[in-house]
Amino acid sequence: MQGTQPDIRMPPPPPGLSQVKREAERAKLSEIDRSMRVAGLLFVLSAVVWLMVGTVFALIASYKMHNPEYLAQFEWLTFGRVRSAHLNTMIFGWGNNAIFCVALWLMARLSRSQVRHGGFLVLAGILWNMGVTIGVTGILSGEMTSVEWLEMPMEVAPILALSYAMIGVWGIVTFSHRQTGHVYVSQWYILAAIFWFPWLYTVAQVMILFVPARGVVQPITNWWFAHNVLGLWLTPVSLASAYYLIPKVLGRPVYSYYLSVIGFWALALFYNWAGIHHLIGGPIPIWLQSAGTVASVMMTIPVIVVAINHHMTVIGSFGTVWQSPTLRFVVFGAMSYTAVSLIGSAMALREVNVVTHFTHFTVGHAHHGVYAFFTMIMFGSIYFILPRLIRRNWPSAGLISIHFWSCALGITGYVVALSIGGWIQGLEMNNAEIPFMTVVRNTVPWLTARTIFGILITVGHSAFFIHLVWMLLPERFRRVPSSYDSFGADPIA
Amino acid sequence: MKNLPTLFLGIFFALAFSWTGLILSSHLFLGDLKSTTATLDEQGNPVEGDPLYPLKLSGIAREGKQVYIDQGCVYCHSQQIRTKGYGADFERGWGERQTVARDYIYQERVMLGTMRTGPDLANVGTRLSSVQWHMQHLYEPQITSPGSIMPPYSYLFEVREIGSRPSPNAVSIPFDSPYAPPEGWEVVPTPRAEALVAYLLSLRVDYELPEMKFSEDD
Repeated sequence: MQGTQPDIRMPPPPPGLSQVKREAERAKLSEIDRSMRVAGLLFVLSAVVWLMVGTVFALIASYKMHNPEYLAQFEWLTFGRVRSAHLNTMIFGWGNNAIFCVALWLMARLSRSQVRHGGFLVLAGILWNMGVTIGVTGILSGEMTSVEWLEMPMEVAPILALSYAMIGVWGIVTFSHRQTGHVYVSQWYILAAIFWFPWLYTVAQVMILFVPARGVVQPITNWWFAHNVLGLWLTPVSLASAYYLIPKVLGRPVYSYYLSVIGFWALALFYNWAGIHHLIGGPIPIWLQSAGTVASVMMTIPVIVVAINHHMTVIGSFGTVWQSPTLRFVVFGAMSYTAVSLIGSAMALREVNVVTHFTHFTVGHAHHGVYAFFTMIMFGSIYFILPRLIRRNWPSAGLISIHFWSCALGITGYVVALSIGGWIQGLEMNNAEIPFMTVVRNTVPWLTARTIFGILITVGHSAFFIHLVWMLLPERFRRVPSSYDSFGADPIA
Repeated sequence: MKNLPTLFLGIFFALAFSWTGLILSSHLFLGDLKSTTATLDEQGNPVEGDPLYPLKLSGIAREGKQVYIDQGCVYCHSQQIRTKGYGADFERGWGERQTVARDYIYQERVMLGTMRTGPDLANVGTRLSSVQWHMQHLYEPQITSPGSIMPPYSYLFEVREIGSRPSPNAVSIPFDSPYAPPEGWEVVPTPRAEALVAYLLSLRVDYELPEMKFSEDD
C-alpha cells in the first residue's frame, strides 16, 4: 500500500522490450504453466463434471417446483434433497475446483514462481472430489443436515478440511517463493480468500454441527458463513481474475491503483458483516439486523469503486472485449457484480426486505451472484488458462459462442423471471386478503419460465463440456490452429 | 502493495472483527438464555409452580424432527413469526405473537428457514391440530390443498391390502378421491410419517414469555 509509485502495471513486458527478453519471459511463463499442468487440468475437469451433475440436479429441482408429482416416488430425489444436492455440487464441486485452478494459477503467474511438488496438489484434488462425492451422496441418501450451504453430512468435513489445507497452503507457498518485488491486487484478493475460506468453514461446522451453539446463535453463524462463502471466497477470486485478465488481454494497465486499494479494503471490512440481512425480521437482536443492513449498504463503496476501475480500464476497447472469448465472459461477470451487489444492498433495507424475503426473488438474486458474476468469470478464466496449461487451442469458436449466448441469455431470463415472480409473490404474501394458495398458484408461471431458462443454460453447459472433451482428444480429431493464441488472447500471457 | 504485514493483519482482523461482533457477542448475549414462566415475580425470577417455557421435544417428536431435517422441509417452510406490522404473519394467522430468541433455546438444530414457498410452521401444531389432516396432506397434498406445489411424500406411507380388519391408523381418504387406494386396500403411515406428524403437532407457540406477550387485537 505504501510507496508513491502506483505500481499497478501488469507483469508482461512493455512493447519496447527486446526480442531476447521477450523470449526469456515467455520461456519462464511456460515453465510455470507446466508446473501446474496436471493439477490444473484435474481441477478444471472435475469442475466441469460437477457443473454438469449440478445442472441435472438443478433441472430436476426446478421442474419439480411446478410439477410436484414428477419423480415423486423416489425419496432420494425429493425436492428438499435434490435442490441441496444441486447447491452443494455447484459450490463445492464446480465452484471450488474452478477456484483451485484459477487462484493457484494466477498466484503462480503473478509471483513468477513455479508450483512446487504438484503431485501433492493432485492428491489433494482427488481427496477433495472424494469428499464432495461422499457428501452429495449423503445428502441424497438422507444424511442431509438441513443447514443452508452446509448440507453435507458432518463426517465429510474433516476430509474436505484436510484436502483444502493441502491446496490452500500451496497457494501461500507459491506466493512466498515469489520472484517479483511488488504484490499485485489479484494476489491480495487470493491471499485473503485462501485464508478466509477455511476459517469460515471451520467455525460454521463446529458451531452449528459438531458443538451446536444455543438457539439462534446457529442461524446467525449460518448466515455469517453462507453469505461470506459468496463474499469472501467466490467474490475475491472472481475479482482477482478480472483484475488480471482485463488488463492482460487488453494489454493496458489497470486504471487506478488507489481505487483497487480502496476496493479491496472496503470489501474486506464490510462484506463479512452483511450476511445477517438474511435474518431481518427474525428472532435475533435488532442491533444485529441493523449491523447487517448498514454493512450491506456500505458494500456500495467497494462495488462502485471496482466498477469504475474496471470500466475505465475497458473503456475504448469494447471491440477487443467482444472478440476475446475470455473477456466476453469476464466483462459480463464484472458487470453482473455491479448489478447484483447494488440490488443486494437495496434488498437489505427493511422496506425492500419485507417484500423480497422468503420469496423466489432471493433465489434469483443468489443465482445472479453465484452464476452471472462468479460462474461467468470462471468460464472466462478457464478459456484463458486451459490452453496455456496444456498448450492446445480451443478447437471451435462456434461452441464458445453457443456457450456464451445460451448462458448469458439463460441467466438473464432466469434472474428477471424470478425477480418479477418473487416480487409479486412478496407483495401478495404481505396482503392477507389474498389466500395463500392463490399466492402459490401465481408463482407457477414464473417457476415454469425458470425451467425454460434453465434448459437454455443447460445447452450452454453442454457446449462447454463437449468442447472440453474435444480439446482433450488426440490431435487427429481436432483442427489445429497454428498457435494457441488465436481467439483474441494475448500471446505472451 | 509492498507492506505485507499490513496486508496480513488486515486480512486477519477483518474477519476476526465480524466474528467477534456477530457471533461471539450474540453467543455471550444469548448463549445462557433459560426457560422461564410467562410472568416473573418481583425479584425477576420465574414464578414457582408455573410451567416453564419453551418445552423440550418428546421422544417421538425428536425422531420426527430428524425426518423433517432429512427431507429438507426447511427449504420451503420457515419457523419464525415476525413482529406485527412487518409482513402479514399475524394477519395470516400464523401465530399470536412474534417468536423471540428464547423460543429456540432447546432446539438442537434451529431451522428458522429463509423461504416461504409454503406457509410458516412455527405454530402449525396449534393452527392445524388434526393428525388425519397432516397424514392426508403428507401422503398427497392435493387431497387437502388443491393446487399446492408441495411434493407428495407417499414413500412415507405403505399402501397394502386390508387384512382381517382395517388398521386403526390408516389414512382416511374419501372413496371418490382420485388418490384413494383401490377397494380392499388401505394407506398406512410408516413410523417415520407418524414421527413427522408428531413433530409438526409439537410446533406450538401457544405460551407467553416475559419478554413477549400475545398481541392484543386480531
